[in-house]
Amino acid sequence: MTSIHIDGRTCPTRPDINLLQACLEAGASLPYFCWHPELGSVGACRQCAVRQFSGADDKTGRIVMACMTPVTDGTIVSIDDAEAREFREGVIEWMMVNHPHDCPVCEEGSECHLQDMTVMTGHNTRRYRFTKRTHRSQDLGPFVKHEMNRCIACYRCVRFYRDYAGGDDLAAFASHDNVYFGRAADGTLENAFSGNLVEICPTGVFTDKPFSGAYSRKWDMRGAPSVCVHCAVGCNTIVNARQETVRRVLNRYNGEVNRYVLCDRGRFGHGFVNAASRIRTPLRRINGQLVPVSTQDAMAQFSRMAARGPVVGIASSRASLESCFSLRVLVGADRFSTGQSRQEQDCAELGLSLLRTHPGLIPALHDMESADAVLVLGEDVSATAPRLGLSLRQSVRQASFRAADAAKVPRWMDAAVRTLGSECSSALFIATPAPTDLDSIAQETFHAAPDDIARLGFAIAHRIDPAAPAVSDLVESQAALADRIAMALVAAKKPLVVSGMQYGSPALMRAAAGIAAALATKTPVAALSLVFPDCNSMGLAMVGGLSLDAVLEKAEAGEIATLVILENDLSRHLDPAVLAKLTEAVPGIVIIDHTMTPLCETACLVLPAAPFTECSGTIVSQEGRAQRYFPVVFPSAPIQSGWRWVQALGQHIIVEDEAASAEIRATGLTDWRRMDDVTLALARDIPVLAAAVGAAPGADYRLEEQRPRNEPHRASGRTVIRSHISVRDQPPPASPDTPFSNSMEGAYGPDMPAALVPYFRTPAWNSVQSLSRFQQEIGGAMRGGDPGVRLFADLSSDQQDNRQPLYSYSLDIPAAFRPQSDKVLLLPEGRLFGSEELSLHSPPVAARSAAPALGLPAGDVPPGRVTLHLNGGVHDLPVQEIAGLPEGIALCPPHMVSRAFVFPCQASLSTADGKGKRT
Amino acid sequence: MLDTMRTLFLTFLHAFRHRVTIQYPEEKPYLPPRYRGRIILSRDPDGEERCVSCNLCAVACPVDCISLQKAEVEGRWYPEYFRINFSRCIFCGFCEEACPTYAIQLTPDFEMGEYVRQTLVYEKEDLLISGTGKYPDYSFYRVAGVRIAGKDWGESEHERPPVDLRTLLP
Repeated sequence: MTSIHIDGRTCPTRPDINLLQACLEAGASLPYFCWHPELGSVGACRQCAVRQFSGADDKTGRIVMACMTPVTDGTIVSIDDAEAREFREGVIEWMMVNHPHDCPVCEEGSECHLQDMTVMTGHNTRRYRFTKRTHRSQDLGPFVKHEMNRCIACYRCVRFYRDYAGGDDLAAFASHDNVYFGRAADGTLENAFSGNLVEICPTGVFTDKPFSGAYSRKWDMRGAPSVCVHCAVGCNTIVNARQETVRRVLNRYNGEVNRYVLCDRGRFGHGFVNAASRIRTPLRRINGQLVPVSTQDAMAQFSRMAARGPVVGIASSRASLESCFSLRVLVGADRFSTGQSRQEQDCAELGLSLLRTHPGLIPALHDMESADAVLVLGEDVSATAPRLGLSLRQSVRQASFRAADAAKVPRWMDAAVRTLGSECSSALFIATPAPTDLDSIAQETFHAAPDDIARLGFAIAHRIDPAAPAVSDLVESQAALADRIAMALVAAKKPLVVSGMQYGSPALMRAAAGIAAALATKTPVAALSLVFPDCNSMGLAMVGGLSLDAVLEKAEAGEIATLVILENDLSRHLDPAVLAKLTEAVPGIVIIDHTMTPLCETACLVLPAAPFTECSGTIVSQEGRAQRYFPVVFPSAPIQSGWRWVQALGQHIIVEDEAASAEIRATGLTDWRRMDDVTLALARDIPVLAAAVGAAPGADYRLEEQRPRNEPHRASGRTVIRSHISVRDQPPPASPDTPFSNSMEGAYGPDMPAALVPYFRTPAWNSVQSLSRFQQEIGGAMRGGDPGVRLFADLSSDQQDNRQPLYSYSLDIPAAFRPQSDKVLLLPEGRLFGSEELSLHSPPVAARSAAPALGLPAGDVPPGRVTLHLNGGVHDLPVQEIAGLPEGIALCPPHMVSRAFVFPCQASLSTADGKGKRT
Repeated sequence: MLDTMRTLFLTFLHAFRHRVTIQYPEEKPYLPPRYRGRIILSRDPDGEERCVSCNLCAVACPVDCISLQKAEVEGRWYPEYFRINFSRCIFCGFCEEACPTYAIQLTPDFEMGEYVRQTLVYEKEDLLISGTGKYPDYSFYRVAGVRIAGKDWGESEHERPPVDLRTLLP
């Protein structure tokens, strides 16, 4: 057991960390700026000075920088030492010499690490009487605001942006007192993680630009632990709101998943909840027009519709488990659809079954960071699951860590380890149709059609485990590549294979699972990760149901009188012609959604649902982690969560129909009073989801016999905030679905369950840096345990016993792709901004989404615009040359050109001068 | 008996003493400028709103009766709305103490009685005066190093012009 002595206090600690980290973990308050748990130490700011003594006899000691000093057993340090204190105060005083003293008009104020540290060191009087050095700030695009004069030159921003996130358009310029952090010229920060600068920067140099437009101080905002809904990774977030409007989204640490970083889509994509496209009242079609009506009127209309015949429900991969399940209870399992086309559903089901039968490890995001050989097989992860892509970027560092260990350099000694790493080879292999953002750090890349990539994958699996089927007539260069990749994967201690359903190719996923299973014969930690398309795709695959094609068959057979569509825009899944067939065959369509979609044009009845910021719900991420989000805004009457609308529909079927009434009553649907009831019923009905109950404490949870509070204790304006409406005080909003008090009263502390932490703050630490007080050890699990429960990955020990003696490899190897002379294979081009449905309603994300273009292989590009003939539709598009794209393939952003396009598909192109394409 | 007579006499003498009570409202007392009465929002010497909507008054308020929302025009922050619920205000003056720009000030006016409580809710239009109040010279934006319309970087007090990043000179 290692221990150190801080000011005479003996504190247990652990080796392999630095003194600063040890002091913070011991609960001491030691100021720092440049150190960050995810970025390591560089010793740039000189702020964490302490006096270290060489032994009990040493009374003099010496001043050291705690962040650059490794912990050794029995280290004696003094933080309180007078000279060390004076040193730290002096350093802050220098830093403040050029500070603009604009805290009242700084967005960082109230959560500023520089403010906290200045108070902590005790510096309070300005002695410097001369003029201040100034800088010009830059316009860095719609996400991040830049105010360079507030800088203290800690270098965190460039270390994060360049070294950690792989960006290259932010750099340090000039020298000495003039050092400047910015772009070479004004312009948008291009990296997908630029928003994290807001949290990484300890001062107000980088602040959240959309938030500044709806600004509120940290102490004033209610927070809700939430889960990002813009991809399937399941990053944990905190949603902040004031005056019943959502103001911003912040990262919420989950040691297993997103840790300190969120992608820009997750951070800035929440704008759809405040957008004009929100549905705020029930709408009913009267004389061809959707007209706002009362809830009673809408329900009466539904009763009449339900009396006409069978009701079929269509759920959605972006709705919560509870909402989907309630719909399944209402309509019955045989009339419940997942709202995905057959191809999407086949892929999702295949993905689930491949993960469940995988004999190795299903990694969490954090596990991926320590993989020492990674193969990405046919998925552009930096667009479909950006945070996962960032984890893969970190995995490349494993070789440098090994080199550092050999050279006896501590891993947190960031500059030294990165210098070592610049000579280490990466073990990341990428096989995708188009170039991806990760290509620059990959050891080898392979760009080919999905079928060819799948063939490469099968060939790799065969080379690792001869029991896997061989691929005949593989091109020699591909065979050699397969050999190299197989060797690298076999040599690795923690190999990882990543694939997904971006290209809708089951063969790709089977090939990836085959490689991972073959590796599992060598090492039990061989990991397989499959990227799912939406935030609850995994949960919905576990619930199961009919595909949309099956619903269409039913509709055409006249078996559907009413279709209840829950938070699903079918126009993104079905071709316009097919969708028209479906809507014509069904007399009544009821849509429950929070956002107006093109599908609402076909609806008889539209009911306003609550989005993820206004209700509780559980969603399952692609790694099988059930996580719960809580409401931060409490909407007024007609808006309610999806499952409550479904329950209301159930109650009105009962009114109408005696037989159905008994049936529905038996399910218990009408007896649910709060969300925990739904989750419990779900756990009883669908055993694979039973553990989802434990995703977060229920509404009964009490901390120190009180409800946990979700507003900071100093939230202001309680007696005035709505006094322009009425001067009488109102009680805080109450909801049966959350344990929170929804006010500033209640319990809060670093030991509360991590799934309920609404904001990070501890005395003297107002910034997000207070997070370290909430962790068991810095960079480790939260004190209350990491949030969420894994639904299937933790069963590995049981799996070992029950596993089939031999993994059955798929024998379904596709034929090699042959470019056709008159058609191109059209593949979806994953886009970080633009192709995801909800984030596009957020103004800053919409500003970042580029106009759609057709990607064609370089050298084969006709000048000007090209006409794309797709599913009967004709689209005129600008052309973008993509170097490395194989012959015979075209790329098109999904949902942006044709709202729905089922991929992969063959399409023909023609140029403006009338010539047929591809000659 | 004598004691009783003495008491009566002393009481009788008080009738001819100088009166402390004044005949309010016909006669008004002098209140010093630092008296803590009705709250106002002042303007800076250039006639612009002094409030920069930093929210410090709101957070300092022990009865939480101040609420405001930040808005911004070309770097200059101002309150989109500024509301004080005087039916809750205890005139403690913490808001004035907390204000970094001398915008919020308490005045010697205390005559705010109303029959309807709702009328005690003052909006920005009710609070904002056209003068500088007790501090005639102070202007926050002349001091703070932010860029606003008419004042570029490096033009605040005690600031040098912005550095040239591309120079090689030390």
